Amino acid sequence: MDPILTTHVREPHAYTLDFYVKHDGYEGLRKALAMKPEQVIDLVKASGLKGRGGAGFPAGMKWQFVVKDTPKPKYIVCNADESEPGTFKDHLLMERNPHLLFEGCLIASHAIGAKVAYIYIRGEFLHVQHVLEQQLEEAYTKGYAGKNVMGMGFDCDIHIHRGAGAYEAGEETALLESLEGKRAQPRLKPPFPASAGLYGAPTAVNNVETLCNVPSILRNGAEWYAALGPEKNGGPKLYCISGHVQRPGVYEASMTITLRELIFDVAGGVRDGRALKAVIPGGSSVPLLLPDQLDIEASFDGVAKAGSLLGSAGIIVLDDTTCMVWLAENLLRFYRHESCGKCTPCREGTQWVLNILEKIERGEGEMKDLALLENVAGLIAGKTLCAFGDAAATPALTTLKNFRAEYEAHVREGRCTVPAPWRRRRTAPVHAH
Amino acid sequence: MTFHPKIDYRELHRSKRQMPVDDGQPFVYSPENRERLEVIATRYPPEPAGRRSAILPALYLVQRQLGYVSLSAVAHVAGVIGCTAADVEDVVSFYTMFYTRPVGKYVVQVCRTLPCALRGAERVTEELMDALGAEPGGDDPSGVFTLMEVECLGACDRAPLVMINDSWHECLAPEDAKKLVDNLRARGEEALTGCHHQAPDRGKGQG
Repeated sequence: MDPILTTHVREPHAYTLDFYVKHDGYEGLRKALAMKPEQVIDLVKASGLKGRGGAGFPAGMKWQFVVKDTPKPKYIVCNADESEPGTFKDHLLMERNPHLLFEGCLIASHAIGAKVAYIYIRGEFLHVQHVLEQQLEEAYTKGYAGKNVMGMGFDCDIHIHRGAGAYEAGEETALLESLEGKRAQPRLKPPFPASAGLYGAPTAVNNVETLCNVPSILRNGAEWYAALGPEKNGGPKLYCISGHVQRPGVYEASMTITLRELIFDVAGGVRDGRALKAVIPGGSSVPLLLPDQLDIEASFDGVAKAGSLLGSAGIIVLDDTTCMVWLAENLLRFYRHESCGKCTPCREGTQWVLNILEKIERGEGEMKDLALLENVAGLIAGKTLCAFGDAAATPALTTLKNFRAEYEAHVREGRCTVPAPWRRRRTAPVHAH
Repeated sequence: MTFHPKIDYRELHRSKRQMPVDDGQPFVYSPENRERLEVIATRYPPEPAGRRSAILPALYLVQRQLGYVSLSAVAHVAGVIGCTAADVEDVVSFYTMFYTRPVGKYVVQVCRTLPCALRGAERVTEELMDALGAEPGGDDPSGVFTLMEVECLGACDRAPLVMINDSWHECLAPEDAKKLVDNLRARGEEALTGCHHQAPDRGKGQG
C-alpha cells in the first residue's frame, strides 16, 4: 500500500498550505461541503473508519449519535493529547501535515453541524503547536477556515487549546473537563458527549489520526477506503514502533501487515542481535504478546483475536534483557502518577500494586505477594469510571500470567534476576508519594 | 483483603498535592499578558463556563511572566477569570507542567516511562545527577538547573528523550548527558534551539 497520510512528510515544505493545496489538499472538504451533512456521515460510516485513538469505535457512528435537534451549539473536539506510552503518530501528522488535520476537523464539523472545532494538544508538544498555529493562521488568511470557508457558505472556527501534562486528559470526557478549565477527570457516562459534551452541548471527540483519515475518504470514496485493509479494518494505519528495535519510528501500512513483519521487516528487528522476549502491541495499557504470537494481522480484530488490543498502535518491543518485574514496576509508577484520583480503586490501588512490585524487584518479596498482587490488581480492573483502571491493572496481571517464573525467581533469590546494562546502576530510591 | 505487615499505611495516604508557594510577592499580569489573555478568552464562549476554559492559558501566562505559579498569582487569575481561587488552585495542583515553586533557569526533564527506560533513560538520569549535582525533583547547587524525572513525553521513537524548558533533546545516550550540560553552561539558551528538527526524517522514516 502506498502511504496516504504520510506521503509527503519527508519533503521540507510538506507542512505549508501551498504544498498541501497543490497535492489535492482541501479537495475532500470541497466535496463534503457540496454534500448534505447526513450524506457525509453515511459515507464515513460506509468506509468503516474506526477511531484511531485506542478504542477503535466507528467514527461515522460517533458523528451520527450527536444530537441534532438542540438550540445549543455543537462541537468537534480533536483529541491531540497523545499520551499513551509508546504512541507518537499524531505528533508526526500535526508537525508535518497540519492542514490534513484542519481539513478533517472542518469536514467533521460540517457533518455534525458544528461551527467551532477545538484541537486539544498536549502541553509538551509546544514545537508542534507552533506549527499548527502558524499554519492555522495561513488557513484563515487564505479562506480555508473561519467565515465562508472556500467561498462555499460554511462558517467554522478552529481553535488550539494547550493541555498541561495529564495522561488522563486523553480520556474523552476528562479531555472535555480539562478544556473547560478543570482537572482532567472522567465523567460518569451516560450522558455521552454526543448529547452532553463540551459546556453540556452535543460534542464529538475524535483522535488526530481519525480526522486525518477523513479527507481521503471524501476524495476517493468509501469502497476505495475499505478495500485498503482487511474486512472491517479498512484504510491506512500508522504504527509507532519503539523499544529494542533497530529502527524505531512511525510507519504507515495496511492493516493486512502482520506484527512480525512490522517488527522484523519494517523496523529492522531486535537491536544488537538480541532475542525477542515479548511485545506490547497497543500502547502501555494492553496485554503483552509472546514471540510465537506475532503471525497475526496487525488490525483491530487481528490483535484482539490474539488476546490483546491494537489500541493506539504503539508497539513496544522488548528483548531478552528486559526484566518483567521491572517492566511492571516502571509502568505502575506511571499509572500511580497519572491516576486522576477520582475513583478509589484506581487512586489507592495503583499505589498498592506499585508498593508490592517495588518490594519484589528490590528482592524483599515473599511468595504470598504474588497472590496479593493479583488480588489488588484485580480489584482495580473494571471498577472505575474510565478505562484507566483496566489499563493500570494490566502490566502486573499480564507479566504475572506470562512470566510467573521470573517473579518467583526474584522472590527465591532475593534480587532482580534479569539485570541489564541499560538500567540504573545505583539502588533505586524508595519513593515517597 | 488482608492487612499487609510490610506496607506502611501512613505512607499510603499521604497526599502528593502541590500547593502554590506563598512567596510574599503580589502578582499582577503585565499589560501585554493581560491583553493577550483577553485575546485568548475570545476562543471560548463568553458565558462564565466558557471563560473558565481560559484558566490553563492564564496559568501558562503566569508561568511565562513569573517562572512559576505563586499563591498570589492564583488569586489574581481567579479575579481575572471570575472564578474562585479554589477553582484555580484545583487546576494548578493537578497538572504537572505548572511549577508551584521557583525553579531553575533550565528545567531538565528526563522521560522515565517504559520506551525511554528501555533505551537507557535511567542511566541518563544518573549521568545528569552527577553532571549537575542535583537529585530528581531538586535544583543544582547554583540554582540554575532543576532536574526532574517525568512521565511519557510522547517521543518514544527518539528515546531517551530529555526536555529542557520547551525544547526536546532526542536520542540522548547516557554518555552524552554530561556534554549536554556542559554545552548549556557554555552557550546558554542558544544550546536549546532547534533540537527537534531531525524529527520528521526519523518519523516517516524508513517506512
